[in-house]
Amino acid sequence: MQILEIFSKKNWVLLKAMVATDFKLRYQQSFLGYIWSVLKPLMLFTVMYMVFVRFLRFGDAVPHFSVGLLLGITMWNCFVEASSGAMISVVNHGDLMRKINFSKFVVVISAMMSALINFGINFVVVVIFALINGVELHLSALMILPLTLELIVFSLGVGFYLGALYVNFRDLNPIWEVVIQAGFYATPIIYPLSMVVTNLGPQWGPLISKVMLLNPMAQIIQDARHFIISDQNPIIWGSFNHSVIDFIPLVLSVLLLFGGISYFTRKSKTFAEMV
Amino acid sequence: MAESIATNEKTMTGETMTTMNDKPTEQSATEQSATEQSATEQSATERTGAAKFGAEAAVVPDDIALRVRDVSKSFRLPTEKTNSLKGALFNLLRGVRGYRIQQVLKDISFDVRKGEFFGIVGKNGSGKSTLLKIISQIYGTDSGSVEVFGKLVPFIELGVGFNPELTGRENIYLNGAMLGFSKEEVDAMYDDIVDFAELRDFMEQKLKNYSSGMQVRLAFSVAIKSQGDILVLDEVLAVGDEAFQKKCQDYFFEAKRQKKTIILVTHSMGDVRRYCDRAMFIKDGLIAQIGDPDTIADAYSNSFLGTTANAEGVTDTKKRGVDVIKVRMLVDGEEQKYLDKYEDFEIEVTFDCDAPISSQALRVDVVDGRGWLVFSLPDPDDGPQVIQPGRHVIRYKVSNELAFGDYHLDIAYDDGTKRYLIMPSCYQFHMKGYATSAMPVTAPHVTTEID
Repeated sequence: MQILEIFSKKNWVLLKAMVATDFKLRYQQSFLGYIWSVLKPLMLFTVMYMVFVRFLRFGDAVPHFSVGLLLGITMWNCFVEASSGAMISVVNHGDLMRKINFSKFVVVISAMMSALINFGINFVVVVIFALINGVELHLSALMILPLTLELIVFSLGVGFYLGALYVNFRDLNPIWEVVIQAGFYATPIIYPLSMVVTNLGPQWGPLISKVMLLNPMAQIIQDARHFIISDQNPIIWGSFNHSVIDFIPLVLSVLLLFGGISYFTRKSKTFAEMV
Repeated sequence: MAESIATNEKTMTGETMTTMNDKPTEQSATEQSATEQSATEQSATERTGAAKFGAEAAVVPDDIALRVRDVSKSFRLPTEKTNSLKGALFNLLRGVRGYRIQQVLKDISFDVRKGEFFGIVGKNGSGKSTLLKIISQIYGTDSGSVEVFGKLVPFIELGVGFNPELTGRENIYLNGAMLGFSKEEVDAMYDDIVDFAELRDFMEQKLKNYSSGMQVRLAFSVAIKSQGDILVLDEVLAVGDEAFQKKCQDYFFEAKRQKKTIILVTHSMGDVRRYCDRAMFIKDGLIAQIGDPDTIADAYSNSFLGTTANAEGVTDTKKRGVDVIKVRMLVDGEEQKYLDKYEDFEIEVTFDCDAPISSQALRVDVVDGRGWLVFSLPDPDDGPQVIQPGRHVIRYKVSNELAFGDYHLDIAYDDGTKRYLIMPSCYQFHMKGYATSAMPVTAPHVTTEID
């Protein structure tokens, strides 16, 4: 597999240099600097909190829903940042690709890493916010590690496809923006999953809420809420009577990653000519 | 796959990279095997050749730095730009292919030996930059193979990946990482780079605050001070102010003397004549000629005139009874075309004569780049000696007072009344030093030795 070349020393050095540069330049010449990477999601959260939790009274029945909201926004942002960053990464580094031979995987992974660093910072804020809110953290909160891994797998899979596709089809940018927006509402982030059941009634509600969990992002966010904040958050595991179905989002993520890698590998040979 | 081809029957030192055609079509698969076969045949003949002719014909793979075999490359040029979904769907519906195929390189094969300064010349659009990108593994090939033995550092353009928001120091490390150097390796090169660029006071400044000349100097310093095994340069010599150009020229002289492997694409025939050991002339994607840099430079210049090379001073040797066999220039007994300032040298002429001649009759003229005679050997004050028929070697020891520039030697026969040019421009050499035109040239001290 060509992806393994990413672990060579040369590419590792390059990846580090790219991520470091990106991190250094992100808030170049802004007054607050890195504080923005915490402040931005917090401000976004405040708006959503005021509108959906305070004003529309979403999530009243769910304990610590505001913490769940912040966690959901943080994880979703990580996905958006990684996938959108990966999409434009190949084209943005086109100048480089035309002049130097290096592993093309580096640019996509670098976008993922940048998003992940941000997620790490934000997650600390989530934890602090959770403690202030009186959430009792158990050992099960460590589940965030495998869940982050799944988030990486899913984001990278999508990112590899988008990055390779965007070289030829620049229309992808506005399309992806809309898809992201739709995905944000289709994923139980600003509303609790239980609301789907109550609003749609007993006939369709339970089924639709389960189907929504087949979306890997929904599964990841609900799992994280379940294990970190409160076990009253419904998760996919055990919700279907058929345990194989429970694995669909996970398997989907892994398949996406492998598909993305192989597609990207095939296309990357001509990046230098096409970009 | 790379390993299997590179180590195929050969033992290589250093890092090995190979690009082969990866398209799993039947046709290309057969092409590929044909390529491999011809490559092994080639090395087989080389080996037998080496056995036959001993050390002289030894083109052992060990001293090959780069091997290009039967490389072809074509590009799809879109006839209608389809960078959008709509365009693609539209073309699909109408059954329009949307591109035409342009063959850029056809069956290019050549070797570059270790320690060789290899020049590639050609008109714009002849495919030389594409070839360079294939060598640098930026583009893949349609068919054929490229094998690189050692670490190849490409400079298709200067300052690739330089970021204006980063400081000079950070840019050096970033650029180093992009070229495949580890932090430790850049650490080792760092001082050299900064000193060469003469930018030590500016290293903590952001690149955007540099003047464009300073940026280019930094980029060029990274390029030539990077410790790769093979350096690939694409028309990057004409940068910086005069003083910096001078430094660059000195660097190339040093690189020549140290036997660095350099592949240079250039339009400057002066550079080809001055630096290259061998050169290649690419015309319409084919190798038009490959060999001696002077021949190539002439062929390239003549290709613009539409005439073939035609030496004006036709050799007129037999009439004079003198047949010049070999002309060499020696420094401490070793052949050297690149002379340092005030570095004394010897000119060695091997010739046959079938009648007795005077040592004053056989003349070696040292001519500069403008075609002006600088001095003529031997010194007229030297008492004439009679040279008997047969093969002789004459050595002229010259105390070097030449100015910077390119020179060549003409061999002439002077019968006292008339001067016949018997071997015009038979040897080129180059002087390192300052580009001051006002360097006084006096008749140098010369001692002549016959046999």
